[in-house]
Amino acid sequence: MKPLLGYGGLLAISLLLPLLAPAYQSQLAFLWVMVVLALTWDLLGGQMGYNSFGNIVFFGVGMYACAIVQRDAGLAYFPGLFIGMACGAAIAVAAAALLGAGILGLRGHYFAIATLGLGVAAGELASGWEFVGAGGGMVPPLFPGAVGGRERFFYYLCFAIAAITFPVLRWLYRGRFGLALNAIRDDEDKAEAMGLHTTRYKATAWCISALFLGLAGGAVGNLTGFIDPREVAFAGSTYGVWMVLMAILGGKGTLWGPVLGAVIFHLTKELFWTYLLGWQRVALGLLIVVIVIFFPLGILGWARQKWPERFGQRVEAA
Amino acid sequence: MPRFLAACLIAFLLSSAAIAAKEEDTVVLGAAVSLTGKYSVNGKNTKDGYDIAVERINEMGGVKVGGKRFKLKIVYYDDESTPARGAQLAERLISQDGVKFLLGAYSSGLTKAMAPITEKYKVPHVEGNAAARELFTQGYKYLFAVLSTADYYLRDPVVLAAKMAKEHGRDPKSVKIAMAFENDPFSLDVREGVVEEAKKYGMKILIDDKLPPEINDMAATLTKVKAVKPDLLLVSGHEKGATLVVRQTVEMRVEVPMVASTHCDSAKIAENLAHAAEGVLCGSQWDRHLAYRDRWFGTAEQYAERFDKEFGYPTPYQAAESTACVLVFADAFERAGSLDPEKVRDAIASTDMTTMFAPIKFDSTGKNVAKQMVLYQVLNGAYKVVSPEKWAETKLVWPRKLPQ
Amino acid sequence: MENLRLLFEAPLLPVQLLLDGVLIGAIFALAALGMSLVWGVMGIINVAQGELVMLGGYAAYFLYRAGVHPLFGVPLAALLLYLLGWALYRTLIFRVVDQDLFISILATFGLSILLQQLANAFFGADVRTAESGFGTLVLLGGALTISRIKLVAFAAAVVTGTALVLFLKTSRMGQAIRATSQNARAARVMGVDTDRVYARTFAINAAICGASGALVAMTWVVHPYLGLPYTIRSFMIVIIAGLGAVHAVLASAVALGIAENFAGFIFGAEYQAAFVFALLVGILVARRFWLARQRRYLA
Repeated sequence: MKPLLGYGGLLAISLLLPLLAPAYQSQLAFLWVMVVLALTWDLLGGQMGYNSFGNIVFFGVGMYACAIVQRDAGLAYFPGLFIGMACGAAIAVAAAALLGAGILGLRGHYFAIATLGLGVAAGELASGWEFVGAGGGMVPPLFPGAVGGRERFFYYLCFAIAAITFPVLRWLYRGRFGLALNAIRDDEDKAEAMGLHTTRYKATAWCISALFLGLAGGAVGNLTGFIDPREVAFAGSTYGVWMVLMAILGGKGTLWGPVLGAVIFHLTKELFWTYLLGWQRVALGLLIVVIVIFFPLGILGWARQKWPERFGQRVEAA
Repeated sequence: MPRFLAACLIAFLLSSAAIAAKEEDTVVLGAAVSLTGKYSVNGKNTKDGYDIAVERINEMGGVKVGGKRFKLKIVYYDDESTPARGAQLAERLISQDGVKFLLGAYSSGLTKAMAPITEKYKVPHVEGNAAARELFTQGYKYLFAVLSTADYYLRDPVVLAAKMAKEHGRDPKSVKIAMAFENDPFSLDVREGVVEEAKKYGMKILIDDKLPPEINDMAATLTKVKAVKPDLLLVSGHEKGATLVVRQTVEMRVEVPMVASTHCDSAKIAENLAHAAEGVLCGSQWDRHLAYRDRWFGTAEQYAERFDKEFGYPTPYQAAESTACVLVFADAFERAGSLDPEKVRDAIASTDMTTMFAPIKFDSTGKNVAKQMVLYQVLNGAYKVVSPEKWAETKLVWPRKLPQ
Repeated sequence: MENLRLLFEAPLLPVQLLLDGVLIGAIFALAALGMSLVWGVMGIINVAQGELVMLGGYAAYFLYRAGVHPLFGVPLAALLLYLLGWALYRTLIFRVVDQDLFISILATFGLSILLQQLANAFFGADVRTAESGFGTLVLLGGALTISRIKLVAFAAAVVTGTALVLFLKTSRMGQAIRATSQNARAARVMGVDTDRVYARTFAINAAICGASGALVAMTWVVHPYLGLPYTIRSFMIVIIAGLGAVHAVLASAVALGIAENFAGFIFGAEYQAAFVFALLVGILVARRFWLARQRRYLA
């Protein structure tokens, strides 16, 4: 009963939010995007123990694919957008499957660095490719309809993506799949020795992550209104790192952690931007250092250590 | 946990309700400028240009709109040189801070991201720092640019190269061009202009490299340049590109008779690399020796003197064009006699004025058709205008000789 | 393909590219040496490596402006950065030494943003250069040019590499550092003050970066945002070379310099960076398959 009330309340507030704060709709839309980014990162980084810096690739691929469909398919705005997002997601999944074959075999920091290289290389390639506007970027079609309608539409669109991602991951984590991922995280060799097809699980997890990232990318491209290869699509040094930080801040390897981390991080960041003109990035750097050094387990990890019984864990004698 | 999050969101809403109340008798302009990130040099120039204009206008009693005097004020945000941020900030300025008039950001990429938003909200957007041509083919009605479009930055050197070829008894067709342009919307447009101009003369483009924005070394490109021995080397890569090409052509002894770049004056090549920069050509939007004047600052030279004194560095054209944006607004407010965005837009569209920056008159696409670019040459550690002829302070020195 | 043809037509071109590659590689090698040391001894991947290089560049720039001869500028920049590195260790880095490697990556990433933005706030974003005044060595009537500062950089890299090896092999502190890197706990048991060893190691790394930054400022330009490419290159070099092998670091740095220069020449500058990063991924994947063939798992 109690969790139901909580979920219902959260849903109601999320749906009402744009009516309550119409001026903040696009920031709030980004909030949901952040939630999706953190959740999908945690699927690999938290649950499976594969710290990826390259998930931004799927975000960018989705964004470009969606914009290309919108540009070339000759559809009306909404069919174009939705088909574009679907294509973006599909291509992102295909890319994940393809890249996963080579890269998911790497372990530990080699994986982290390879994915970092992947993210940067993708941005560089996109900015050399004339078909997608090279360094000049792409401009998705203008949203039809009244002033303010665009922001509201994208708010609900981003919310919808987040609202689908969350229960899907929740369902996955509760079943065999989640256990398999955790087994890989805890000891991959043993998991493999126990007969688990670790490669298959890893690839599937990356594909799921890519699916939602691709969807989110398509939406963000249109929400931003301008696709720059390095700063918007393959923005490794902003979104790419933020998704990791948000998951860590909230507590990686937990379901709610990334959501919590994303909300707190995004709000803090927006406040910095408003009130610390010119110094906001200094503050952001400081914030990152503080988060990582003092909360390496994240807020939920810390709370779990402090009140284990509230998280349904048996308290064992130390 | 869900309940906690809900509480977070509500707290956020409440805190956001405390938006600054608007002051009376003040017209608020909004601007996103790059205070950090790769454009932060030019972002600062832009901000200083806006600030000096506002200061001067307020000093003269503000603008007179419908019999009442208003002071000007600018709300700034830092866009961190990224288009994603720029788009968000434009929206924030308009829908949260209630800004009705927008001054442009620095760079074409950012303006590309912001223009659809000002268009949507029907907010007049006057900018002096985004020169990509594509901005003026979209049918935007609220975007106005006081500067020449990017494709004009390096057309003059091509024309001059043709002239020099003729003077030395060669066919302009035989002129060989090497170019390296940064991979961003602005430089790609500069490139378009060069390609068009070269085609006119039938010149051959031998090297056409695109520089990545994080470039720290041009050795690979310049080795190629050295091998093909072009007659003209063109570079556009903001301050980094200008500095590197000056420095490395000398170091690697790349003997090209004519070298031209953008952004030399904001890179301060004549000041910092006086020896090496000798003879390099620079495309510029403005020069302090131009004979334009206006009622706020007087002549271009007087403006530059005031700017130098106030900010402690030589006035770059990026500041002058930014100042001009504010002047356009001031002029339009007074002529419209109203602060209604629609009326102000119409007044801007019918602007016909001279500022210390340039004559300003917009065509239907919003670009300034009354203005010309100037081309500098660095001579004895100073920028001297060599083209167009009517402004030329001195004759072009050709070929560029590398210092020993 | 035009470019490839050019390469074969002018026989001196590949020589010039090769030379430049070798000399550029030497500057990369310095930052990579530091990274290899910190990674090997402390188990930290320092993402702020490039920012230390950047700060070294600024140190050299300000010393140059103050009229210090560039030959002194390099060691002075190294000295300043040594102090900074020590201070950074005492305030921040010591907290992540015993943590997961990934935590150190993120913490130093935050540090890199911090240093970058502070540099932007205090020094401004202007692109600056320091002049070495060494000029250029012109060979074969201008067909080959070598800027002398690059030769100095190469010499500095070799000297630093040798000095580092000697220091680690012979000095007392060097022995303590090696002992700590082999087994920190055992070293502690044997009476090595590992905390001091770590502080020294990080400070030495910063000093090496400072020297390389000074050379960067004298060869190219310095601005607050130049760090990332140096960090990434250091990563690549260290990964290819493996930890703890000084000569391998030098060799792979030079190889990277050459590869990058040729890639820029043949594919054009726009694909230079893409090529380098794709190469990184390629090397990692190839390495994995090679190790799998040998039935060795990766760490």
